[in-house]
Amino acid sequence: MEPGMDQDKDTHNKYYYSLTRNMLLVIILVAIMPMIVVSSIILYEFDISYHEKVRAHLEEVILKHKNDIDNFLKQKLGDIRLLAKTFTYEELRDESFLQDRLEIMQQIYGPVFVDLGVINAQGLQVAYAGPFKLGKALYSNANWFNMTMKSEYFKSDVFLGLRGLPHFIIAVRENWNGEPWILRATVDFVAFNNLVENIRIGETGFAFILNKKGAFQTKPLFDVIPTEVPCADFLNDCKKCKKGVCVIEKDDEAGNRVIYVSALLKHGDWILIYQQKASDAFSDLRRTFRVTIAIMVLAGICIVLIAFVLSKRMVNRIAESDQEKELITEQVVETGKLASVGELAAGIAHEINNPVAIMVEEAGWIEDLLEEEEFKDGENLSEFQRALQQIRTQGRRCKEITHKLLSFARKTDSRIQDVQLNDLVEELIALSAQRAKFANVDINVNLQENLPTLHVSQTELQQVFLNLINNALDAMEKTGGILNVSNGLEGDYIVVEVADDGPGIPEANIVRIFDPFFTTKPVGKGTGLGLSICYGIIKKMGGDIIVKSTMGVGTTFHVKIPIPENEQTEA
Amino acid sequence: MLNPLVLLVDDEVPFVETMTKRLKKRDLIVNAAFSGQEALDILDKHRNTDVVILDVKMPGMDGIETLEKIKKSFPLTEVVMLTGHATVESAIEGMKKGAYDYLMKPCDIDQLMQKVTEATQKKRVHEDKIREAKVKEAMSDHGLA
Repeated sequence: MEPGMDQDKDTHNKYYYSLTRNMLLVIILVAIMPMIVVSSIILYEFDISYHEKVRAHLEEVILKHKNDIDNFLKQKLGDIRLLAKTFTYEELRDESFLQDRLEIMQQIYGPVFVDLGVINAQGLQVAYAGPFKLGKALYSNANWFNMTMKSEYFKSDVFLGLRGLPHFIIAVRENWNGEPWILRATVDFVAFNNLVENIRIGETGFAFILNKKGAFQTKPLFDVIPTEVPCADFLNDCKKCKKGVCVIEKDDEAGNRVIYVSALLKHGDWILIYQQKASDAFSDLRRTFRVTIAIMVLAGICIVLIAFVLSKRMVNRIAESDQEKELITEQVVETGKLASVGELAAGIAHEINNPVAIMVEEAGWIEDLLEEEEFKDGENLSEFQRALQQIRTQGRRCKEITHKLLSFARKTDSRIQDVQLNDLVEELIALSAQRAKFANVDINVNLQENLPTLHVSQTELQQVFLNLINNALDAMEKTGGILNVSNGLEGDYIVVEVADDGPGIPEANIVRIFDPFFTTKPVGKGTGLGLSICYGIIKKMGGDIIVKSTMGVGTTFHVKIPIPENEQTEA
Repeated sequence: MLNPLVLLVDDEVPFVETMTKRLKKRDLIVNAAFSGQEALDILDKHRNTDVVILDVKMPGMDGIETLEKIKKSFPLTEVVMLTGHATVESAIEGMKKGAYDYLMKPCDIDQLMQKVTEATQKKRVHEDKIREAKVKEAMSDHGLA
């Protein structure tokens, strides 16, 4: 029995465990899924719009700078062209005049123009004003000279040139008496560089200018060595872009995502590139992400905790009510068992009663006949009579059994009456006194005075105590002993104890003692219905009957009978 | 005293047969019926029946119903009920409806004889009283009292 119960408990625990788990999962899913979905959608939308915003901002910045740089170059070119147009070749050939012009320009524009030079059609510099001793230099093979001779003016890439310093040249061609001449100005690299260097955003954002070949036209702030391939890519990309500015994102060699914003300068000769690490550009976004995720994780933990507590509590409730239900089911089954057994018993009793009656009558008839003259002197007359007597006795026994069975099914007189428990018990003990004397049993009665009146069926209650007393006497029949009958109040119940000091009931039998037809008495001695009937009667009254037994010490039956409500106050 | 005229009613044929023999052996005049309706028919034929021994549980018309009809049609006839089980309720119901007494099956023949004798006596006394009353009535009618 014990391992069975353990197994039962095990399966129960498994069931409640899985119930808890399922509940937990459902609560968590229901609570967290919408949160995740909503947050994901919002974050995704926010991510897209923020990206767009950042890109638009960068485009705007770069477009502005592109225009600035283009304007700068255009302006410088304009300045030189104005100079070339305003003064003649003759005037500018004069080095001191040229020096004056340079000084004036430096006064107006700052140290943008480093030097000026006048070159004749053969590429010979005829006049020079500036800090370098470049007088009479021959430029006939210089790229810029040839380009300027072809087109009207020219802006060169940055190059080291004769002086060994990075610079670029703006050159303008004019005619003098049918001979072309060129006014050349060197633009300070530092001044130009400042234009680009000022483009600084965040921690990693900076700009630089490349020419078509991928050579730096400005000094990059960080060590960036773009190869020709990305440069060509930029050029291609930029040509595709309509606005003149295009934004692309690429992974660099270290695997960091980098944003490149590029714009064409100088009619596509140069390219302005702004570069910034994506992590830097979107740092605000990242912070928002981090905060959101932190909040979500916290909320998730809260949900899990609440779900855990909630499901645990609910399952405990369920377990409790399950236990209650089980108890009730047990009681219902017990009652049902008694009822069905009762019905069965009634049916059997009735069916058996008639044949038994006939048998007894037939035996009686034989007895009647035996009294006639012809049998009077029969050798075996006394044997016949004994046998018939035996049939009658056994018939009566059958009758007793069937009547008990029938009374078990339909409790005899179940009218509710006012019953004084003490009177009833004393009456029964008086009834049993004779039997007790033969069994060598002393009956000790210890009844409390002034017990409240009970509202029960008198006959039924009699049946209960008669049964208990008879059982006790049966138990002590061989050895003799003491039967203690006592009673008392216990809450809303009167408790009667019937205690014997007989041999006791083995544990295995205790659990079955109230089962119908369970008996330890020899065949023919007991029906196994007595205690079952008692149990049914007391339970019907709303009371309880409990048995405690120790082998070799004795057995005690506790009968609890509820006190009617109107008597409770008096008691 | 005349031997009592008894009607035994039970649906168990062997029971009725044996019981009839036993009662006859005890100098009773016994008629037998195996159902409530048959009992009423026989009573109609033998109006001087003293006691009816009636089984409570029978198929068709049961003992209580038969008892009611007997008491209605033949109020002087006494009825002893035989119950198959010890339900006090059915016994009480029978007594209320006018049965003389009841016995539990299987019953002791001597007990049954005793009840039948008593019932017969009661009936005879009853009849005598009625007869006397009738005589008195008749006498007063004729101005003799």
